[in-house]
Amino acid sequence: MGLDFNVVPEFLDLILIGAMWTIAITLVAGAISLGGGVLFAVIALYGHWLVRYPIKFFAWLFMGTPLLLQLFLIYFGLVQVGIDLPAFVAGVIGLGLHFAVYNSDIIQAGILAVDKGQTEGGRTLGLSQFQTIYKIIVPQALRNTLPPIGNNIIALLKDSALVSVIGVTELIHASQLAISETFRPFEFYITAAVCYYAINLALEAILRKIENNAQIAR
Amino acid sequence: MDIDLMLRVYPYFLEATLITIQLAVLTVVLGLICGALGAAARLSGNKYIRFLGATYVSVIRGTPALIQLFILYYGGSQVGINLDAFEAGVIGLGFNIGAYMTETIRGAIIAVDKGQVEASRTLGMSKSQTLIKVVLPQAARLMIRPLGVNINAQIKATALVSAISVVELTYTAQRYIGSTYKPFEMFFLAGVIYLALIYVTSLLISWFDRKAQIK
Amino acid sequence: MSPTQPFINIRHAKKNYGDLEVLKDISLQVEKGQIVAIIGPSGSGKSTLLRAINDLDSLTEGEVWLEGMQVNKKLPTRQYEKHINKLRQEIGMVFQHFNLFPHLTVRENITLAPKMLKGLSNANANKLAQEQLERVGLGDRIDYYPSQLSGGQKQRVAIARALAMKPKVMLFDEATSSLDPELVEEVNLVMKQLAKENMTMIIVTHEMAFAQSVCDKVLFMDQGVVVEEGLPEIIFKTPQHERTKSFLANHLNGRF
Repeated sequence: MGLDFNVVPEFLDLILIGAMWTIAITLVAGAISLGGGVLFAVIALYGHWLVRYPIKFFAWLFMGTPLLLQLFLIYFGLVQVGIDLPAFVAGVIGLGLHFAVYNSDIIQAGILAVDKGQTEGGRTLGLSQFQTIYKIIVPQALRNTLPPIGNNIIALLKDSALVSVIGVTELIHASQLAISETFRPFEFYITAAVCYYAINLALEAILRKIENNAQIAR
Repeated sequence: MDIDLMLRVYPYFLEATLITIQLAVLTVVLGLICGALGAAARLSGNKYIRFLGATYVSVIRGTPALIQLFILYYGGSQVGINLDAFEAGVIGLGFNIGAYMTETIRGAIIAVDKGQVEASRTLGMSKSQTLIKVVLPQAARLMIRPLGVNINAQIKATALVSAISVVELTYTAQRYIGSTYKPFEMFFLAGVIYLALIYVTSLLISWFDRKAQIK
Repeated sequence: MSPTQPFINIRHAKKNYGDLEVLKDISLQVEKGQIVAIIGPSGSGKSTLLRAINDLDSLTEGEVWLEGMQVNKKLPTRQYEKHINKLRQEIGMVFQHFNLFPHLTVRENITLAPKMLKGLSNANANKLAQEQLERVGLGDRIDYYPSQLSGGQKQRVAIARALAMKPKVMLFDEATSSLDPELVEEVNLVMKQLAKENMTMIIVTHEMAFAQSVCDKVLFMDQGVVVEEGLPEIIFKTPQHERTKSFLANHLNGRF
């Protein structure tokens, strides 16, 4: 059985819809990973021990086990406790939390690297510790850690492929649907890979632009 | 928690752990070979070889490992590559981690102080003598830690081959989640094993790192 | 507040870092509109004393009072936070390293606290920022980022930021020490202007000439104690104490 890429155009709509879902998953999970990363970082550094230690334990657990396993746990685990989430929601939460843990590590380092004078500057004006953290410290920590966080978002894009295993119709799953009709895995997986590569390049370009824009404000 | 169930199924998890360990060891070895060759290509004087190295890194790191596995395993037969799932898993993941290791190794080589090269060239050593006697030994120490990070990531990445039905740890956990509807228990079993594997690996790496730094 | 009570009253201030005594029983009174300079060698405790006034460094013992209100009151943590945040709004502080917020424009640096803490509208906050910037001669820099300003300009923005809170007193912690010599004067000019406007000011400085020309009272501190205090002309011209003499001899060279 030779290769025949002429089968691809017929399924282009399906592939494009899959690509849209991949982008959607990346954006939503990326946002969760960023918000969660900030939240976890702030709790890990400033939180009461009653929340700090559970968060640290959760982070340790999520960093030491495979994402795929975590996705199964969230998807089937929530069903077990009576929450039947659509696969998309479960996938996005799983991906988002997984990368939130990694982002939290980076953001913690970023927060610790912000000059002590910044806290003093804020507190002297009468801002509370909380106001100082979220208005002054966290924005600077985020700006200074944009490159590694950007790398994590790119890793998240690639790992979004894993949610296909819980049945979200993103790029990989869309390709599998096409393959089940045509029995041409090579052609469709290559097509999907090209799509990922293109999205990856676009994402990198966007991240670089954001980094450049942030340069002046540091 | 259903302890009885866990006691009943844990032998299967341990069996699967052996497969996970084999996968990790083989993919890391293949990855190191690819990484060394890749780094050599990226730093080569020949621009075609450099381009080849850069393309390898860019394409592999620019696409998901899962799809690389699928192309190799499901698509391979269409282009005359017939591998069983385990072989496809080792080769696919090995090539994948190799691209990341290429950048780690290259980074370590570049990080060796330029003055070191100048000093040994001034002494009359050739380019390759300088590389082998001066640069690589220093780079080797610099790359132990970041390679350790790659290796720990790889232990978790072996879970991907469950998607091509290799009966390793995650596949086993997934299968028992499906048949027992006890996701937390199964996650707990598999999770503890992954954490233990990573912990032991981390210890080995830092022991190795300490030994290398003393010299 | 009784009429005889000083505007700022520091009573028996002591501060230890472990075994190290940084402040050894210091008392200081400052009247409204008065300008006090604190001079002394590095490590003398002068910055610590200044930072105790808004409780940036907490005293081990002793009391700080502002307008009949105790700053370092013993309160449960949560209540104390509220209390100190309120008080700090009335105590402006300027740092050696400016501590401007690099991720915010000059305008945002100035309007942040008035908007968050005093509920100023955007329009009012912008007007306030413009006024305060003009006061320090930087009306045309409102939309710059700190990284686009010189050191002297940064410090003037920092002063404008503090002034925007309408403080009752301004604390200057070596405000010109990290500036290149040619930039010191522009900051000094702004401080002199504030002096003319009868702002109460406490200034930790190495600029003896400036201290002499602007201040009503000078404190010379060494090793955690006030060695000598009094009118500037007396401290600078006829110091009584050996330590004051040798310090001034080292610091006045070439400055006058």
